Amino acid sequence: MRVSGDWTVWRIGVLADDILGAAASETKTIKADLTDMGAIDTAGAMAFDRLLRRHGAKDFQTEKGDDTLLRQLLEMSRRAPASPPTRIKPRWTVKRTLEKIGRAGVGVRDEAVDTMAFVGEALTVSARVATRPDKFRWPSTIHIMETAGVDALPILTTLSFFVGLVIAYMGVNLLENFGAQVFTVELLAVAVLREFGVFITAILIAGRTDSAFAAELGAMKLNSEVDAIKTMGLDPMEVLVGPRVIALLVMTPLLTFAAMISGLAGGIVVLWTSLDMSPAMTLARIHEVIPIQHFWVGMSKAPVFGLILAVIGCRQGLAVERDVQSLGSRTTAAVVQSIFLIVVVDAIFAIAYLKLDI
Amino acid sequence: MSGDIIISVRGLRNQFGANVIHDGLDLDVRRGEILGVIGGSGSGKSVLMRSIIGLRRPDDGDIKIFEQDYWNLSDRERATIERRWGVMFQDGALFTALSVGENVGFPLREQVQMPEVLRDEIADMKLGMVGLTPEDGEKFPADLSGGMRKRVAIARALALDPELLFLDEPTAGLDPITAARFDNLIQDLAKSLGLTVFLITHDLDTLQAITDRVAVISDKKVSAIGPLDEIRANATGWLKEYFEGPRGRAANTSTKDKVRG
Repeated sequence: MRVSGDWTVWRIGVLADDILGAAASETKTIKADLTDMGAIDTAGAMAFDRLLRRHGAKDFQTEKGDDTLLRQLLEMSRRAPASPPTRIKPRWTVKRTLEKIGRAGVGVRDEAVDTMAFVGEALTVSARVATRPDKFRWPSTIHIMETAGVDALPILTTLSFFVGLVIAYMGVNLLENFGAQVFTVELLAVAVLREFGVFITAILIAGRTDSAFAAELGAMKLNSEVDAIKTMGLDPMEVLVGPRVIALLVMTPLLTFAAMISGLAGGIVVLWTSLDMSPAMTLARIHEVIPIQHFWVGMSKAPVFGLILAVIGCRQGLAVERDVQSLGSRTTAAVVQSIFLIVVVDAIFAIAYLKLDI
Repeated sequence: MSGDIIISVRGLRNQFGANVIHDGLDLDVRRGEILGVIGGSGSGKSVLMRSIIGLRRPDDGDIKIFEQDYWNLSDRERATIERRWGVMFQDGALFTALSVGENVGFPLREQVQMPEVLRDEIADMKLGMVGLTPEDGEKFPADLSGGMRKRVAIARALALDPELLFLDEPTAGLDPITAARFDNLIQDLAKSLGLTVFLITHDLDTLQAITDRVAVISDKKVSAIGPLDEIRANATGWLKEYFEGPRGRAANTSTKDKVRG
């Protein structure tokens, strides 16, 4: 056998066809001429070994050339067990698919139960924290209020301004057919106060803050910071979840209020430009015909949404385990679950208030 | 002569805000040597390594690797250089989403065309070289002990049979026996593959056992460089304490008494 060229990892792809395949009984000794052998590394040595075995040889005898490096590398590459375990790739079967669906179903149930348990725990902890001023974590609570609340104001007011604008614009256009454009004011006020103010706030917090909560707590989990908190005799629920729940409980109603104001402002601009109703007139009319209960209906939902958002974000963050993939999927789950719950709970509120005639 | 210098650092300056880490640091790493880099905590050992391997652009100074000025190369030329070195980070920096075997096979998959079977086999071989079994290859980084993670990290650094190996505290946190095995492994590799090793360590045993030269980083530069015995003989200040403190003395006598491994 004449060995020539470079035997390195970069060229091993070329050799693949020659070295893969069943080994014959390994007894022979092959004579090798190594004079033209170029560079060699451990992958090359392994390839050489495989080539020997492919030809039924156990060892080689150097006829010409220097084999010290090759022998050294061979010795090193042989430290690995000769026959690695065969890796079985799972194949697709109907049974496996059904099993997957079943597992997903059970997963949804478990997730729901866990979330409920977490809500209960978060509520008791938050209540305990809120009623014990000495346990209350002012710095972190205020910090979260700032990042989750105050910092969201510009984007939130812009968003709801445009939503109010669209509602009023569509109202003017549609109601024009009946000559009832003036009722745009009612449409706008009821829509913004009852539904859109709080809804947009909740959706925005879900996207903006829930993802942040899940990512923050998840990264802390991966970094063993949560374990560190535990070992210091502290309760992660109290240290991490409590401030977040309280901060969102306080900030969601405030943000909702801001969203309502700027939503109405958006509508007022449309009424002013297209119906020539001055802002003062519109406000006077709102004051006259819109019962205050619409405002309270909207506001009453805010703390509930705030609680849902905080709890879902924290729970998903603390559920992160082991690898970055779970960090990603948990962050996604936080946003998806909270938006889902916001919509469902909002629907429940709508039906309940309707039945109660509020 | 210059062909013998694989890394050349001249007038390196690194600073974080007003905090100057390196100022006029010069360092040469010779081809085929194992260079130990020591220095107190916060003296900038890791920052030096990060500057050399292109993770941090120095604020001033020249860094030449394989006789090329890393920071003035095109992306393609940089990639060529980067394929010639292997890096092991202090905490392993394993990909947590991949199994151990996939971690080791990752550079192979990305850089070399070869059948999957062969790739798995090379990955298994590298695991074998660091004393792990193919069964370990099925596990995930989160299931491993700290020492095993380090071994996987070094196996991954070796995946492409690099000429130049950067190791950031490879033996920190390992038990003495595993650490000694690690030392042997590095020395074996360095010898047979002609590997150049840039080794950051606090481990006096490692320094004693495998380094050809030792570079001391203090006062923002390389304050001394040479064989360990020479450095030890001329040690003053922090370095003297380092070598003559209780831990230093123990390492000194134990390594003189017996050959490790």
